[in-house]
Amino acid sequence: MANDNRDIILSVRDLQVTFGSHRHPFKAVKGVSFDVRKGETFGIVGESGSGKTTIGRAIIRVYPASGGSIRFHGQEITGRISRQLDREITNKIQMIFQDPMASLNERAKIDYIVSEGLLGRGLKRQEIRQRVDEALNAVGLLPEFATRFPHEFSGGQRQRIGIARALVMNPEFIIADEPISALDVSIRAQVLNLMSKLQKERGLTYLFISHDLSVMKFICDRIAVVHKGLIVELADADTLFRHPLHPYTRALLSAIPQPNPDAEKHKVLEIYDPTAHHYQNDPPAMVEIEPGHLLFCNRAEMDAAHERLAKGES
Amino acid sequence: MSKPILSVRNLHVKFTLRGRELHALRGIDLDVLDGESLAIVGESGSGKSVLNKNFIGLLDQNGFIPEGSIRYYGMGDKMRNYSDCAGEDENGPYVDLASFKRKDEWLRIRGSEICMIPQDPMTSLNPLKTIGWQISEALRLHHGMTGRMAKEETLRILQDVRIDNPERRFKQYPHELSGGMRQRVVIAIAIACQPRILICDEPTTALDVTIQAQVLTLLRELKEKYSLTIIFITHDLGVVANIADRVAVMYAGDIVELGLVNEIFYEPKHPYTWALLSSLPQLGNRGEDLYAIRGTPPNLFKAVQGDAFAARNPQALVIDKLEQPPYFEVSPTHKARTWLLDPRAPKVEPPAVIAKLKELGGAHHGE
Repeated sequence: MANDNRDIILSVRDLQVTFGSHRHPFKAVKGVSFDVRKGETFGIVGESGSGKTTIGRAIIRVYPASGGSIRFHGQEITGRISRQLDREITNKIQMIFQDPMASLNERAKIDYIVSEGLLGRGLKRQEIRQRVDEALNAVGLLPEFATRFPHEFSGGQRQRIGIARALVMNPEFIIADEPISALDVSIRAQVLNLMSKLQKERGLTYLFISHDLSVMKFICDRIAVVHKGLIVELADADTLFRHPLHPYTRALLSAIPQPNPDAEKHKVLEIYDPTAHHYQNDPPAMVEIEPGHLLFCNRAEMDAAHERLAKGES
Repeated sequence: MSKPILSVRNLHVKFTLRGRELHALRGIDLDVLDGESLAIVGESGSGKSVLNKNFIGLLDQNGFIPEGSIRYYGMGDKMRNYSDCAGEDENGPYVDLASFKRKDEWLRIRGSEICMIPQDPMTSLNPLKTIGWQISEALRLHHGMTGRMAKEETLRILQDVRIDNPERRFKQYPHELSGGMRQRVVIAIAIACQPRILICDEPTTALDVTIQAQVLTLLRELKEKYSLTIIFITHDLGVVANIADRVAVMYAGDIVELGLVNEIFYEPKHPYTWALLSSLPQLGNRGEDLYAIRGTPPNLFKAVQGDAFAARNPQALVIDKLEQPPYFEVSPTHKARTWLLDPRAPKVEPPAVIAKLKELGGAHHGE
């Protein structure tokens, strides 16, 4: 954990997001806290319905937070904020979406799609044009593609357009919601490489949301595992893979398909049973089991986790 | 080695699109053995779905088969009186699916002999009918079961696909179930027809990783219980390692490598298979670039000259661009279409990831 002292760019404290009416509220996110440091890739992993996408959308202010705080560079960005701050945040925080087929306006040309975020900001047409060309160039697309429509591109190219659209705003922080799940395996590699190249060149910070831990291990520095709107485990990627402590994390890890037929034939699937916890008398909390490794557990589980670590079990 | 249940010979498929012809399958030779699970791997557009649509007669309207045969051996003599396409060869009596003309010929194959699980469980169920109705529909149509008998059989099948509380689920509608449950219902409908061959077209891509693993385990169980032959279409090699006995790697409408699952993962020979394996994030190291295949697959509107993968292969030989390689046999069960296996070819080392994979496999043997 050499990079502990890097600036914290985003700080989420006890974030809650509630949907539904007052009479029938549904808590999608039930109090989530984490910090994202500048220049790192922070992963949020969980199954569908775990609230991982909701967390991402609450940060970019698509969903209002019903409780807790989100601070970007130390500045509160939930609730009512000034128009100036709102505009600043939309510049600095951008999003890459899952499905490149569905997230691009099929009736607009690429230059419009990419430039849309820059419009209405008093920029000269010449300037906009230049920034669009720069963004397309950065993601490896030719400038002449600007006059084409989305349907003329392959899946990988469309995802590049989605990335260019985020880059054109010169963001510091990019929320990538399952950016490669809808892509072919061979194209996944291209998009992942592009993302890490851009990160190195521009010092971007990523919040990477996915259900696929195998990709996470490859790209993320730290990973938070989300289950039913709560973070159950948070650690840097290597630690999480070396000794996962929460049973849900272990279940997720055991489910990763390995490209190794012999290992797959002997694989034992762990299935997470949420009823196995005894939280009635001994409520759980976030505990730092080892430096940088947080686990959502109660006292008994904490002791078991310590024992496990001491034995050096995986 | 068991006998083939389905035998594809020199199969070509073309599509007419805006007056031009797209050569989607370019001479496929493939035997599907009785009781095996065969995985067909390839990028989107490689023709893996087109190939399988031929087996159930669901080729799109503008597609046709100019050449080739698909012999199905699973029905014995039953088709003799119904179809002109029946015949007999060294593997026994067959019907040639490639030359079917009438719809009623397909009705005897589709569902009851060869069945397909579509990719997306969300769109393949009828939202207006209960789960029970949709499963028993298959029993009604294929086995003539009605009333209580059909219901009891449906409940039994629901149990087989590991859906808890079948009595309650029987009356529920698709929207009340999760994605994984819906995929189980789709599998139940397929199983209800008791087919010989089950084609799974990317059945787990729309699912979470944990659910995916459970569905794969379920498919393996069902394969034993119902003695199914499974054809598994996917682009994810991780899934292949789990379920397949044999693997066929497809590229640009052709099978470039075919072998037992261990041969494909530990001893791959074709540069395209190397590239596919190298691009898996499971094998990458953080901070380093993943191997990415350059360029795009060839345009199949034009005739492909030489090895279709040559244009994207940085180590392509001169002959790769001139002449299509034949199949070279690596072992009786393993063949690959690459000039690298020709005795005259220079020695090209596979990428480091392949060696790493082999080590992983070896390590497991040692335990």
